[in-house]
Amino acid sequence: MADDPSRFPSEGQSWGKSPTCHSDSGWTRRGFLTAGFGALAGASAVAAALSPLRHLAEGDLPSWQEFFQKHYKEMTAEDKEQVFARIRQEVEKRFGVQADVSDPPPLTGVEFVYGLNLSRCIGCRRCVHACVKENNQSRAPEIQYIRVLEMEKGSIDVETSEHHFEPASVPHPDKYYMPVQCHQCSKPPCVKVCPVEATWQEPDGITVIDYDWCIGCRYCEAACPYWARRFNFAEPQVPEEQLNPHVGYLSNRPRRKGVMEKCTFCLHRTRVGRLPACLEVCPTGSRKFGNVLDPNSDVAYILKHKRVYVFKEDVGTVPRFFYFFDERGSRYREEVGGGV
Amino acid sequence: MKRYLAFLWDCFRLSFVGDWRYHLWMLVLTLAALTGLYAYCQQFVYGLVTTGMTDQVSWGAYIANFTYLVGLAAAAAMLVIPVYVYRNLHLHDVVIFGELLAVAVIIMCLLFVTVDLGRPDRFMHMLWRFNFPMSMLTWDVIALNGYLLLNVHICGYLIYCAYRGWEPSKRFYVPFVFIAILWAVSIHTVTAFLYVGLGGRPFWNSAIIAPRFLASAFAAGPSFIILTLQIVRATTRHHVHDDALLTLRQIVQVAMVINMFLLACEVFTEFYTDSKHVASSHYLFLGLHGRHALVPWIWTAVTMDLVATALWVLPVSRGLRWLNAACVLSILGIWIEKGMGLIVPAFVPTPLGEIVEYQPTVLETLVCLGIWAFGLLLYTIFVRVSVPVLAGEVTYERRLARVRGDDALSPAEAASTPRVASH
Repeated sequence: MADDPSRFPSEGQSWGKSPTCHSDSGWTRRGFLTAGFGALAGASAVAAALSPLRHLAEGDLPSWQEFFQKHYKEMTAEDKEQVFARIRQEVEKRFGVQADVSDPPPLTGVEFVYGLNLSRCIGCRRCVHACVKENNQSRAPEIQYIRVLEMEKGSIDVETSEHHFEPASVPHPDKYYMPVQCHQCSKPPCVKVCPVEATWQEPDGITVIDYDWCIGCRYCEAACPYWARRFNFAEPQVPEEQLNPHVGYLSNRPRRKGVMEKCTFCLHRTRVGRLPACLEVCPTGSRKFGNVLDPNSDVAYILKHKRVYVFKEDVGTVPRFFYFFDERGSRYREEVGGGV
Repeated sequence: MKRYLAFLWDCFRLSFVGDWRYHLWMLVLTLAALTGLYAYCQQFVYGLVTTGMTDQVSWGAYIANFTYLVGLAAAAAMLVIPVYVYRNLHLHDVVIFGELLAVAVIIMCLLFVTVDLGRPDRFMHMLWRFNFPMSMLTWDVIALNGYLLLNVHICGYLIYCAYRGWEPSKRFYVPFVFIAILWAVSIHTVTAFLYVGLGGRPFWNSAIIAPRFLASAFAAGPSFIILTLQIVRATTRHHVHDDALLTLRQIVQVAMVINMFLLACEVFTEFYTDSKHVASSHYLFLGLHGRHALVPWIWTAVTMDLVATALWVLPVSRGLRWLNAACVLSILGIWIEKGMGLIVPAFVPTPLGEIVEYQPTVLETLVCLGIWAFGLLLYTIFVRVSVPVLAGEVTYERRLARVRGDDALSPAEAASTPRVASH
């Protein structure tokens, strides 16, 4: 059966004699027409397959300047000036807004730490929305860095928590609330796994992303034990009038589709002495932020004197975000804020 | 150089020559690959929102297929080891089909990773700042590309030698064959380590993943080769002895039994302990909080694996019919188990306990099918070209003779053309 020459007529002796194939003495008319027709059909099929590319919007493909842009850590001061100028131009083109692009450096002797009071939080989600506004997250599809969990009393297991609670008013008397955001780990798994070093830990403890370097493999998103990273699955949409024009290169400048983003402790604010947007908006004072190296800071005091809970301490990432509890001032003892 | 170009040109021409069944097969594959390209262009324009992936389940069908295909590339090692380490003669003539499969499959792997990237236009950032040795993904880039190069070199060298009528020099390929054996083990280990090293994903954070990955790969890969060899035997004049298939059967037999044993170990550890770590496995096998998208899939896979294991072990699979049934069941069962069954449950529930299910979209499925079609297209061309070249039917001498104008070689000349079987 295998030796039946008719099975593969073109093989062996008959090789090169196929009528539609060109012979070395020149093209036969039929061979020429067949090959020509085949090439034409092939070319049109490829063109049809590539046709969606005509919908590419301006800026979807990188400009030369963007294509050859260096990694943030390799940029000189002049490089940065050029890149910031380009970002200003792009923001103006996309949003019609004059942005000021800043890049405040980490302060020496500063390590930022964030504490969240589980006895006080009422689950109002104002932090979530203040964060979205401050950091220019996409409104459609919606991206939020903070996820507030409605927890069952008597358990700290997040698997029994409710993510999508929508009560008429908070807090629910039988629940407590646990907002989760980037924990700015001292041993960040997301940094370890990134194949191109697009994300790294700054000297003040904040893990940042160079949005112009990220290749969008989402390995960091798989590695994060706190589900703190977000991916731009589509081109992020922010209404022009809602764009925050005070943007930092490593934090809240507008992103493009296909890259990761995350909480940066609002470094464009906190590195110049302001507080994170989520803290500023909190009506209950549940959020405490500061320099842990400063013994007089709130966070240093809390870590020294209060009962502290580190979420998923067992994964060994040594977070710079912790939860703490109050005896006095707990909303379970006295009224704080009431229904919001 | 000119001769090498002549070789490539002859290979190119050869890939267009065949009977109507061959042309139909190639046409179908080409159309499927172009449909995949169309779907990918949509994804390129609108972003990964065209897929079923979310922030909750951030890896899906692409990475699942990638993982499975890394396993399939093991087929080469499973043919090479018996031939070069144990001097098995039955497999000697077919070992090149395993290596060619590795080439095609690794190219598919690279494509699956590429389509999964949010910014494929920035791939060269890998070259500028390569996070080696910290990121396991950089290890995988090296492992996969190295394995591709090794196999391209081995196959390319042997086929080109046959084309020129040279006796292959052992110095130029045998060392690479042995490196490729170790390298084959490394591609699975490193790919498994991609997942195993993540402390935040308990489903993956288990030492058994890598050995299980190897075991299932050594079952699926040779199963695929058993089927391929029969197609080669039926459509070309390349001689494949039944003993070659039966040797492969023995390999799959052992690999499949080990795979099932390791699966049992995993299931026992998770469910008997019944700690919080079981959530993902619970979702996979039984469903969690009323969500069970993967349950029918995994039980289909387990059933296929069990039936296949029984067939492999029983003497019935010495007959081709049951052998082929066992192959198909193993390939499909492991595809589900090592693909979606390994990737998706790790994301359900999320580290914050949220349950979001994953369902690939039509576009995403078309991209996957397109890559599969492209891979099969490549493999078909490789086999189509290598069989007559290795048989000494297409050589440089014949080309020269053709150019000179005497179409047929004299019988004496034809007989003197060395019949170089694969190495």
